Amino acid sequence: MKKVIIEKKVLSENDKLAAEIREQLDSRGILCLNFVSSPGSGKTSLLERTLSSMGDRLKIALIAGDVQTENDANRLIAAGGKNVFPLVTGGSCHLDAKMISNILPKINLDDLDLLIIENVGNLVCPASYDLGEDMKVALVSTTEGHDKPLKYPGMFRRSSIMVINKIDLLGTSDFDLAEVKNNARQINANLIFFETSCRTGEGLESWFQWLLEEIKTKKERC
Amino acid sequence: MHELSIAQSIFENVLKEKKTRNLSNIEKIGLRIGSLSGILPDSLEFSFNALKIDTELADTILEMEIIPLQGYCKKCEQNFAVHDYTFFCPSCQSGQIEIEQGMEMEIAFLEIKD
Repeated sequence: MKKVIIEKKVLSENDKLAAEIREQLDSRGILCLNFVSSPGSGKTSLLERTLSSMGDRLKIALIAGDVQTENDANRLIAAGGKNVFPLVTGGSCHLDAKMISNILPKINLDDLDLLIIENVGNLVCPASYDLGEDMKVALVSTTEGHDKPLKYPGMFRRSSIMVINKIDLLGTSDFDLAEVKNNARQINANLIFFETSCRTGEGLESWFQWLLEEIKTKKERC
Repeated sequence: MHELSIAQSIFENVLKEKKTRNLSNIEKIGLRIGSLSGILPDSLEFSFNALKIDTELADTILEMEIIPLQGYCKKCEQNFAVHDYTFFCPSCQSGQIEIEQGMEMEIAFLEIKD
């Protein structure tokens, strides 16, 4: 019996592509956010609101991942998205860097402030795949359990932002706002929180302000 | 359930290594799987065993070493074991910690039959 040492990451091909994507975006100072959540937390709703409010001030491209249908992409175009690219995975439970790098040549990177990737609704599988983003933005809604960060530590540990959505429904379920934050801090003490309602618009202004600041910081850094 | 995609990546990586290193009769693939890698070992094994049927890796098995989570407190400058996914330093309760190990998903070695 002979042992051959390999010591190679299983996803080294994905990580190599992700590094190439990151380099392309960094060299142009484009901020890239990867949105993750369970199905139905409100990723598309938050992005609709973001496009309709910020679309005039910022140049935004959006890759809308979905297992099936282009419904999300169509909603985002209806919300004013000018550069919306549907990515139907046809069954795959996550996006990978290859899918992103296939779409990237279609996007005019020389005239862009922000690239948003809307991942497939799933808090497990997308955690393993680096897409070349600056940060992951994780959404949780008040119709879910406040123990969600504890149930999916891998995703919340890898995320930088946590948006707590549907706060207009607070009080109608047993969801505890303080508790969800405590649970999230146990997994990741550096998470930045936003509390939003895409229905009433509550809390969206601070999300927009943060976005503007981050885009500015990214441009200055590159 | 992305273990099938992961198994596919392992499969492709091993075939590449097999070719470039001119190996035959790979008996075992040694993997290092971090406990926060998001991989279910049983599910990965099931997927790999389904993929390998009627291929040149049909007789190859997986061996997984599970790597426990270990954190490093930037304040205390000390390593500690992370239990129950509680990412706080047990000495000073700081949340400013780095993960030293436990995120791995790598092919460590191949065992070749003589």
